[in-house]
Amino acid sequence: MRTDRPLTDLRPGATAVVASLTADPGLRQRLEALGLRPGQPVQMLRRGWWSGPLHVRVGMTELMMRRRDAACVALAA
Amino acid sequence: MNTIALLGMPNTGKSTLFNQLTGSHAQIGNWPGLTVDLMQAQLRIDGQTLQLVDLPGIYDLRGHSDDEAVVRRFLEATPVDLVLVVLNASQLDRQLRLALQVQQLQLPAVVVLNMADEARRFGVSIDSETLSRELGLPVVLMSAKYGRGLAAVQQAVRQRLQTSSSNDPRPEPEPAPVPVPVQQLEARLAAREAELEPAQAALLEAAVQLPAQWRDRWTRRLDAVLLHPLLGLPLFFAAMALIFQLIYAIGVPIQEGLGALLDAIGKQLIQPLLTPLPTFLQGFLLEGLWQGLGTVAAFLPVIALFFLAMGVVEDSGYLSRAAYLMDAFMERLGLDGRSFVLSLMGFGCNVPAILGTRVMRDRGLRLLSMLVIPFSLCSARLNVFLFMAAAFFPARQGALVIFGLYLMSFVAAVLTALVFKGRFPSSEPLVLELPPYRLPTLPQVLSRAWAEVKHFWFWSRRFIIFGVVAVWLLNNLPLGVEPASSLSLSGRLGTLLAPVLDPIGINPNLTVALLFGFIAKEIVLGGLAVIYGQADPVALGQAIAADVSWPQAVSFMLFTLLYTPCLSTVAVIRSESKQLGFTALSVGWSLLLAWLTSLVFFQGVRLLG
Repeated sequence: MRTDRPLTDLRPGATAVVASLTADPGLRQRLEALGLRPGQPVQMLRRGWWSGPLHVRVGMTELMMRRRDAACVALAA
Repeated sequence: MNTIALLGMPNTGKSTLFNQLTGSHAQIGNWPGLTVDLMQAQLRIDGQTLQLVDLPGIYDLRGHSDDEAVVRRFLEATPVDLVLVVLNASQLDRQLRLALQVQQLQLPAVVVLNMADEARRFGVSIDSETLSRELGLPVVLMSAKYGRGLAAVQQAVRQRLQTSSSNDPRPEPEPAPVPVPVQQLEARLAAREAELEPAQAALLEAAVQLPAQWRDRWTRRLDAVLLHPLLGLPLFFAAMALIFQLIYAIGVPIQEGLGALLDAIGKQLIQPLLTPLPTFLQGFLLEGLWQGLGTVAAFLPVIALFFLAMGVVEDSGYLSRAAYLMDAFMERLGLDGRSFVLSLMGFGCNVPAILGTRVMRDRGLRLLSMLVIPFSLCSARLNVFLFMAAAFFPARQGALVIFGLYLMSFVAAVLTALVFKGRFPSSEPLVLELPPYRLPTLPQVLSRAWAEVKHFWFWSRRFIIFGVVAVWLLNNLPLGVEPASSLSLSGRLGTLLAPVLDPIGINPNLTVALLFGFIAKEIVLGGLAVIYGQADPVALGQAIAADVSWPQAVSFMLFTLLYTPCLSTVAVIRSESKQLGFTALSVGWSLLLAWLTSLVFFQGVRLLG
């Protein structure tokens, strides 16, 4: 696997696979429980204006997350 | 009595199932070792009475949130006969983990796959027999919202309770015939954590077919408009304005009609009955108790309408979109999208909104949210404003005044956040589920609104009775004085506070109403009815308008909007923050803000005109 990029870089409409999570244990557990686990494909649906939250889909679940938190999710290049 | 616990992730329809199973006669129960209250109710299956407990929604039995700790402590302290694990059938791809954790703890369990209708619509197909065999637990598909599959759940519970000790489907060590609390919960789950992922994958492979493409076109299309970067927020506020307009248009005529009816009952039916009693007691019962209660009871339809509307917005999935839309703005205030949604809920009642801050883990964020929520113009305050606006302004201007007060409520909240965000910094992550849009069902929304109104009435009744009785006594003691004159207790109190309240246009009569409004805003109107000796809303309005000028009335409304909402809110801020100092800050700040705002308004109007 080549260098990873953060989930925040994903363009609306694009899909990529989660490579790893670098969040603290609490956030990591929450992200995994919501389906953001290594190996899962994640799709960017839209990005809020004014540095607003991201709207992503992972599996059968849609999430909103702040960019700061999404930066903890590394995507396989 | 057997105890059954409902366990599941947030947004799985757990509470709907709870209401369907129990007929929503729930009460709040205290459980040993828990600091929070859980909803519980009895249900009867085959003549056997069982106790059903609704546990808080959790993502992971090993999770770090308060709710997750509560569930752990519950399972470690309470012997449960059966755990009903509620999963969202369309999200089995991530939710099966929770069922696997329950299975690892060898708890007697039934797995309920709720929202089966939605799963089918989205193209998820589930082979529940295979799933049940592989998981070693009974699996039932249902749709709690429509009441489908309820009988199957009851059947599974019945079977499981009869057989959980004798022929457990799994050959593993059996639970004892008498249930025992879970031992070493965390250690056992930690030891087998690594098995969860492969086990979930294997179950999905064997029994669940997921669609290759997301099938919910409706949600996709609606989101394209409702979450649009430019259109989203205007649409949301337009929708809210429309809802409030609708509540106003339908609710106020009902309120006025009901008020007039209750007044007529008092005059025609109760007054003749009371004639044998001494005059003082007559006045106390009719002018104190009946008029005060009647004025408040007349407001119940508006509250019911409000909760009905909020129920529709929440159940449709639009409320979580509001969190998405507002988050960028809220982040700059040191808050987040959830604070916005809670403040919005606070427009119904501040108390549950403050309780709702429990979802926040970061203390700074939680305290700042608690400081902001009391500025939400709750239904009890709306009650006062609708009345005052109708008494002092023609209909069109009145609506404008109400709108201005909503705006002021928003400004006060934003100002408070900006002033205090430095003192309560936070760095809480924000990751929320955006559920698909759903059509709320009428019975669901109605039963929720009914529960809220019941709760409101129960919560405020004691305060109201105490309040109106106290107001009446203050006005009529010492014995023999002219009611509410400067010699009565209330008159003396008004004179005492005049140096502070005179500059903002609050006269002694209004002072008494404000003093009691500190207990609850529901009393303000009842109190005014007692002070002015009029229960019929129109007559009361005329009596106040004869005593007070319009700038005084608006100043009174501004003060009522901004100072402490009610004692219940103070009590809940105290119990949730666990800090007397913070509670004092909240009360003191809101009083200061209220006084300054009223001062600026009242003196401003005097200077201008």
